[in-house]
Amino acid sequence: MARTLINVKKTLTRGEAFEIRLLIAHPMESGQRRDSNGQVIARDIINRFSCTYNDMLVLEATLFPAISANPYLSFWAVATETGSIVMTWTDDHGTVQTERVEVTVSA
Amino acid sequence: MIWLLLLLLVSPAQAQPRSGYLDAGPDSRAMQDDDTANPAFLWVEQGKVLWGSLGCGGCHGDVATMRGVAARYPKYDAVLGRPVSLARRIATHRAVPDSEDMLALLAVIGLQSRGLPLAIDISGPARPSYEAGKALFHRRQGQLNLACANCHDDLAGRHLGGAVIPEGHPNGYPIYRLEWQALGSLERRLRQCVVGVRAVPWADGSRELADLEFFLGARAAGLVVETPAVRP
Ligand code: HEC
Ligand code: HEC
Repeated sequence: MARTLINVKKTLTRGEAFEIRLLIAHPMESGQRRDSNGQVIARDIINRFSCTYNDMLVLEATLFPAISANPYLSFWAVATETGSIVMTWTDDHGTVQTERVEVTVSA
Repeated sequence: MIWLLLLLLVSPAQAQPRSGYLDAGPDSRAMQDDDTANPAFLWVEQGKVLWGSLGCGGCHGDVATMRGVAARYPKYDAVLGRPVSLARRIATHRAVPDSEDMLALLAVIGLQSRGLPLAIDISGPARPSYEAGKALFHRRQGQLNLACANCHDDLAGRHLGGAVIPEGHPNGYPIYRLEWQALGSLERRLRQCVVGVRAVPWADGSRELADLEFFLGARAAGLVVETPAVRP
């Protein structure tokens, strides 16, 4: 499955508020379910998420169980300069994924 | 308001089928209305990749050429003498590695027909399959001794537990179902309904399932393709 869908308006005017939306393919296994043999299925969720805009922190979040599989995240930032938005998240297996979106900002 | 009046004026004597979209609840509808929030689009993206990597594009060109195709399936195959689903049509001329890949292809191909009215051709030699599917739809089965029609014709709009009973149309499949936390096929949905009345589900690829799905497609005439829909 495609791992991530990111939606950001890529051409912006300075001062404009814009939304960053992500859908991440992830099982978000809560650690509370059992398989058909009665064994607990190990927890595997995205536990950290952060987003920077030209190295400035926009959002940092700690995630907990009880978030559905394939989570949807949305938040806002304000356009300042042309540059990159970098989103990074880590799951319980220690897998780190980074996605980058370039935006162009005009005066 | 004007729309409402127009609808009242032109509403035909024969009942227009009602999409399951309308019974899915506001949260599911909001997800379906926004492609950036609909998790099914993770599979759509995968389908686009597979369209290239499995060589579909080599013969068919851009996936956009598939516009209208999903609206015509299941389609009666005169050579085989039975209706074939879109999945079967693909699988019979091209190997698709696994069922997740097939779902992804069905999602991206179905999406090309979004908004087009279903156009299942039940004329001529196809008619007996339609009639066979219709008979299955009305046949009581299982320990609960219920036919599809008991719920989806007679009790549509009423509640079963927490869920509104929809009319049971296939126009949004494959769907992202929140309960499954995944994209799932029409066959998966039908298995749940059959198991729900404590009957034995028809085997995938069986003649019965093919006829039933063919009937469901024709029964939904008047609805448009909504693939990939979202259900609770
Ligand atoms: C006991 C009542 C009952 C019977 C009998 C039943 N279903 Fe269903 N069916 C439901 C309910 C309830 C739902 C919706 C479930 C939900 O949303 O949680 C549903 C959903 C569906 C859907 C999906 C509709 C959509 O909009 O996504 C289809 C298609 C369907 N049923 C077909 C059938 C067929 C074909 C049969 C006979 C083999 C059948 N059902 C038998 C209750 C029933
Ligand atoms: C070697 C060439 C070739 C390849 C590769 C190929 N197809 Fe086809 N496909 C055909 C031909 C030929 C037809 C029949 C055309 C017709 O019926 O008009 C067809 C028919 C279809 C149809 C039915 C179209 C309709 O209008 O009913 C679908 C759907 C389809 N292909 C999907 C796929 C997918 C998905 C893949 C990749 C997994 C694929 N095809 C790969 C040659 C190919």
